[in-house]
Amino acid sequence: MAKDHDVGCPEEAGVEFKGKVSELLEQRGVSRRDFMKFCSTMAAALALPPAFGPKIAQALDEVKRPTLVWLEFQSCTGDTEALLRASAPTVAEIVLDILSIDYAETIMAAAGHLAEANLDQVIKGEKGKYIAVVEGSIPLKDDGVYCCIGGRSAVDRATEVCGGAFATIAVGTCASYGGIPAASPNPTGAVGIKKAVPSATVVNLPGCPVNTDNLTATIVHFLLLKKLPATDSFGRPLFAYGKRIHDNCERRPHFDAGQYVEAWGDQGHRHGYCLYKMGCKGPQTFHNCPSERYNEHTSWPVAAGHGCAGCSQPNFWDDMGPLYRRLPNVAGFGIEATADKIGLGLVGAAAVGFGIHGALNAMRKDKEPEDSSREG
Amino acid sequence: MSSQCKFKRYIWELPVRWCHWINVLSIVTLSVTGFLIGYPISLGHSASDFTMGWIRFIHFSVAYLFTVSVLSRIVWSFIGNQYAGWMEFFPLFSGKGRQKFFKMLRYYFLIDKEVPETIGHNPLAATAYSLLFCFYIIMILTGFALYSEHAPFGAMHAALGWLTTLVSNQGLRLIHHLSMWCIFGFVINHIYSAWLMDIKEHGAEISSIFSGFRFTVHKEEE
Repeated sequence: MAKDHDVGCPEEAGVEFKGKVSELLEQRGVSRRDFMKFCSTMAAALALPPAFGPKIAQALDEVKRPTLVWLEFQSCTGDTEALLRASAPTVAEIVLDILSIDYAETIMAAAGHLAEANLDQVIKGEKGKYIAVVEGSIPLKDDGVYCCIGGRSAVDRATEVCGGAFATIAVGTCASYGGIPAASPNPTGAVGIKKAVPSATVVNLPGCPVNTDNLTATIVHFLLLKKLPATDSFGRPLFAYGKRIHDNCERRPHFDAGQYVEAWGDQGHRHGYCLYKMGCKGPQTFHNCPSERYNEHTSWPVAAGHGCAGCSQPNFWDDMGPLYRRLPNVAGFGIEATADKIGLGLVGAAAVGFGIHGALNAMRKDKEPEDSSREG
Repeated sequence: MSSQCKFKRYIWELPVRWCHWINVLSIVTLSVTGFLIGYPISLGHSASDFTMGWIRFIHFSVAYLFTVSVLSRIVWSFIGNQYAGWMEFFPLFSGKGRQKFFKMLRYYFLIDKEVPETIGHNPLAATAYSLLFCFYIIMILTGFALYSEHAPFGAMHAALGWLTTLVSNQGLRLIHHLSMWCIFGFVINHIYSAWLMDIKEHGAEISSIFSGFRFTVHKEEE
């Protein structure tokens, strides 16, 4: 595979590829059957017909190694962790190995100026050809001094890298929309990559952390069809964010039936009832958690008995909070002033006001209008 | 007390009265079901029950009924009689309307003692109704925008999805709740004022929305 590489590859690049992916997989102890299963899963994740399974396998076998750089800014490295999770090497990981990952702070061997020189080489040598993956938000306040790499601000570096990339994949909510660092009062002025670099072509893969299957599927989509997947108005691929969690939730029958968890650990909670009253944000969150789940399809919050936090929605944390309530708090009315408390106060005030008015009116004598001045 | 004999005048046409009462019914039903959607009660005894399902079904069906009623009333404001006309709802844009508006306001604030009698909508009420219709539109738009999220590839989401992009779906939910409370505030005001003016004007204010007739001292000009 490496000899087919036509875009120039820095010497320091990670894995050496000898032969086809299928052969590589065999060396790693992954059977052909597992690889085909993976390709079918990817076809399903991308909502492609089953016939695409073999086509994906073929495309992955014949693909030329595109260069990928992984930038990390204001993040907790949770998305990298999600990808490199401690289990036996998965097919997905190996498929990611098809990419020439030339720069990734957490996993690269090079450090300091050497590493930055690698990145510069990609930016110059492969302009418009490489894929940039961004993890973490970018601070804009005070000229971006709150996050610097190699003496340069995150926004400066991101503009250079993402501006020159074929496409940028924002992994995780922070890179997509600012996420936790952007939560009020947002001391660093954190924003997502699209806001920081408006000229970049960005696919957002929000989630806390990103679901690795969605990242792999996005990359497979790109390798297979040589274009980025269709997205919604928030830049999220429709194959992964086209449906609400609520509409595909395993607890949905309990919602429709009217069976709710009323308190943590109550009978309903033990029976697996709907978590709606515990502040679950499934009804307002678009993500494929119920079908894809996390950690090799092991589990996800609602399956584990906790409501959805709404982590893949824009302006998570502020808009999707409080975690255990259905409605957001109303700004300017102090903590815990919900819309309905304010409304109740408003209606109470109106009732008292008009009651007093009525009493005053009852006590006073009115004047009949003159016949000439009256309307009818 | 007016001791004069009064003439009967047909003010509220049938579509106006129908819209009024459909709105009343819808607002009550939508509020009750809306409450149960926002703060559900565990009514289900088994997973094969459908209590929340039915509550939501009623909420959405009545939402359509309400929308049709509100839109019909807006259409009727262009074809109905002068008391139903759209111009009636913006008295502040005419000199005469403003004059009557402030007269009404002075009466309400217990400054003037002379009852400002009106035949159709009094200008203060008409202004409140135009605001109320703004709340209706907000309720309809936010409601259907939230409803459309069940089918993000549907026509309704294509038409209203921009609202979720603009203020987020949680923001829309907040507006939907707050607007309901504003409508409740209006309802208290509305029932009180109807009661008050029924007593003060002796023109059958309350019964007029059932029968369509009000009573005036002067005979209608033919």
